[in-house]
Amino acid sequence: MFDSAFLKTIFGRLTLESFPIHEPILLTTFVVVALLGGGVVAGVTRYKLWGWLWREWFTTVDHKKIGIMYIILGVIMLVRGFADALMMRAQQAMAFGANQGYLNAHHYDQLFTAHGTIMIFFVAIPLIVGLVNFVMPLQIGARDVAFPSLNNLSFWLTVAGALLVMVSLFVGEFARTGWLGYVPVGNLQNSPDTGVDYYLWALEIAGVGTTLSAINMVTTIIKMRAPGMTMMKMPIFCWTALCSNVLAIAIFPALTGAFLMLLLDRYLGTNFFTNDLGGNPMMYWNLVWVWGHPEVYVLVLPVFGIYSEITSTFSGKRLFGYSSMVYATVVITILSYLVWLHHFFTMGSGASVNSFFGIATMVISIPTGAKIFNWLFTMYRGKIRFELPMRWVIAFMLTFTVGGMTGVLLAVPPADFVLHNSLFLVAHFHNVIIGGVVFGLFAGIDYWFPKAFGFKLDRFWGNVHFWGWTIGYWVAWTPIYVVGLMGATRRLRHFDDPAMQPYFIIAAIGAVIILVGIIGFIMSIIVGVIRRDQLRDTTGDPWNGRTLEWSTSSPPPAYNFAFTPVVHELDTWYDMKNRGYERPADGYRAIHMPRNTGAGVIISFLALVMGFGMVWYMWWLGLLAFVAMVAVAIGHSFNRNRDYFIPADEVAGIEAKRNKQLAGAAA
Amino acid sequence: MSEITAAGPAIVPVTAAPTVRHFHHAPGEEHEHEPGEATLLGFWIYLMSDALIFATLFATFGVLRQNYAGGPAPRDIFDLSLVALNTGLLLVSSITFGFAMLAMDQAKVRAIQAWLVVTALFGASFVAIELYEFGHLIAEGATPQRSAFLSAFFTLVGTHGAHVTVGLVWIAVMLVQVGQRGLTGENKRRLMCLSLFWHFLDVIWIGVFTFVYLLGMIR
Repeated sequence: MFDSAFLKTIFGRLTLESFPIHEPILLTTFVVVALLGGGVVAGVTRYKLWGWLWREWFTTVDHKKIGIMYIILGVIMLVRGFADALMMRAQQAMAFGANQGYLNAHHYDQLFTAHGTIMIFFVAIPLIVGLVNFVMPLQIGARDVAFPSLNNLSFWLTVAGALLVMVSLFVGEFARTGWLGYVPVGNLQNSPDTGVDYYLWALEIAGVGTTLSAINMVTTIIKMRAPGMTMMKMPIFCWTALCSNVLAIAIFPALTGAFLMLLLDRYLGTNFFTNDLGGNPMMYWNLVWVWGHPEVYVLVLPVFGIYSEITSTFSGKRLFGYSSMVYATVVITILSYLVWLHHFFTMGSGASVNSFFGIATMVISIPTGAKIFNWLFTMYRGKIRFELPMRWVIAFMLTFTVGGMTGVLLAVPPADFVLHNSLFLVAHFHNVIIGGVVFGLFAGIDYWFPKAFGFKLDRFWGNVHFWGWTIGYWVAWTPIYVVGLMGATRRLRHFDDPAMQPYFIIAAIGAVIILVGIIGFIMSIIVGVIRRDQLRDTTGDPWNGRTLEWSTSSPPPAYNFAFTPVVHELDTWYDMKNRGYERPADGYRAIHMPRNTGAGVIISFLALVMGFGMVWYMWWLGLLAFVAMVAVAIGHSFNRNRDYFIPADEVAGIEAKRNKQLAGAAA
Repeated sequence: MSEITAAGPAIVPVTAAPTVRHFHHAPGEEHEHEPGEATLLGFWIYLMSDALIFATLFATFGVLRQNYAGGPAPRDIFDLSLVALNTGLLLVSSITFGFAMLAMDQAKVRAIQAWLVVTALFGASFVAIELYEFGHLIAEGATPQRSAFLSAFFTLVGTHGAHVTVGLVWIAVMLVQVGQRGLTGENKRRLMCLSLFWHFLDVIWIGVFTFVYLLGMIR
């Protein structure tokens, strides 16, 4: 029929064997995903929602909607990443002695790689970027970000990366290298299959999106603050968002560069990170950790901002030590760039170098500790309201502090030689990432959800969410600390020592408790939507907030503020309320707004196609998609229909409705 | 940030007694963030991130620069006079771009287009000579696959060359857009960004010429 050379030109290395139909677990997953996806597509088609989705959401340049889409992406990927976690926990609870568990090594290695990659790149980053996107422009009194259509492109590039990872589940395979794609195992000779290529292309595409988003956010914060909002009158969340995004701009190029070189090694046969012809695998480790360590601060700094806002609001006091909080954030930003080598003290760089990086690492705990005390002093003598967001703050302080202390322990080079690559390390970073980043993201979602949708989340299920995660975290990870100290190393699918099995069984139970927490989270949204009339907030300020986002309606109008706010104090909205601020009733003017664009969706889709083509060596497809991408980008630069005005009448109508609503709420 | 403070109406200093404050602009004083107001800053930040990609490649080159793996060393393969010629071409192209920007200030559309074409010719010659150099090296057996030093060399220099190529495409697009619409605010902004980009590539090249070629020949 066709000769094989012809097929190879068309399909590259993609053959029928690339589809894992012989793997029952993957096949079942595929059926479930296909049914769910088919159901969603059928539903959207049935109710004729495609046009609405495209016009109102996919092509939107509204920072609020883009923020919400980022968060939806993050939550969906959280479910995927957590499914991987449950499978690993089940495997490790079973696979002792003669029992090999239910996963083969090939599959298990993909699981832990996918879990880490997804949780950092496609859960934590989208959730953070989403919250910053939604909240920050409102907090600084802006109408949108500096580059609204770039914002749309950044989002869809992240989606393209996530989709490429998901495709690897059913077409070919994912990397088996650990979440940073370590060489030499990630080199072509050791990983000749598609896994590492999926990993690299997905993260290059998503990484471009993240970098562009960071540039956008920094420019927005520097250029678009409301009049009167000097840097030191900026809400602390914006400060932490600024530092986090500056840091992201400083580190993502290193990751892009490292991945580029590994791609060249794998595609062109260069010798950057190979073991022969002068290649240096440790250079790769250095570069990815120059990105990797600051990255945890990219994630945790905005979360510190979230905790600060919530502590201040729910204690009914202004934040204790605002300026020290700002300085601590800046210091952490700088120091985080100077500690990467502590990820491989065992590389053998010598006592002096290890000491420098060990001490630099420990020094970070000082500004971080200062923050903890600032939150404690904010709570001190405050009238604390234990609403859902505030509970997360308490859980965070108790959990994160332990993780911080084990971190300082690991920063001691001699201790690290013992604990390197052990499950103690794995427990440590889950302790700080779950107890710090994840708890904070949930706190932020609980806190700002009513701002985004106009009603609070369901409280009962919110409590299930909270207790499931908090108890589940401790049950799941305390035993892992213990087995880590007993000498268990990471990324193993089978253990010999039966004395460890009870710990892994407890850890698996903990993971199931976390599952209850995740179900609680999803239920709190579903039940919240169902009971939205009881949970409705008409004031726009359900928590008695202190910053500008609470001065608008919930959800805010497309233009955020009918009049540009003028800022006099740090806690602007608190100040306005205190001084008897009255909303203007007339004098509205037409508002200049950016227009939606489909370019972001199209370019990102082409990027996805290009990634897929390159992974499978379909050169024609990769090249075609790349050329098309450039053509669309150039074509978009000729588009002059980029903005429009919301007429004054329409603004007046929206604002009048809001005034009426407020009068109703007051009555 | 003082200009932002100054943009607001009179700000009453904080005093003990509550004072009348304006919490938003009155209709007449509404200020607009014009689209593109922040473009230059944003583009500058992008250039910094791009500089860090080059920093990554420079650092890798620095680590791998003597890993010849028995293959050729810089002294064996570099033709310094050719590279010096190329450096000259790129530096002159920066000057001609500068003339294009001066013409922009005087709103002379024809002159802008002429200088952009001259700049593009210099840039294209640079890329052509670089490709010739690469072809020559590969023909001699000094391929990117031969040693880690050569991998790092080709990638660093090639990434710069790829950037120049992007710059050439961008110049072509700007020639069309300036021709179509003249010196609109948008086109001026884009020309400013392109100018930053072009000069940025010059700065990077000076680093490449110094650290890769000159220092390579000394060792």
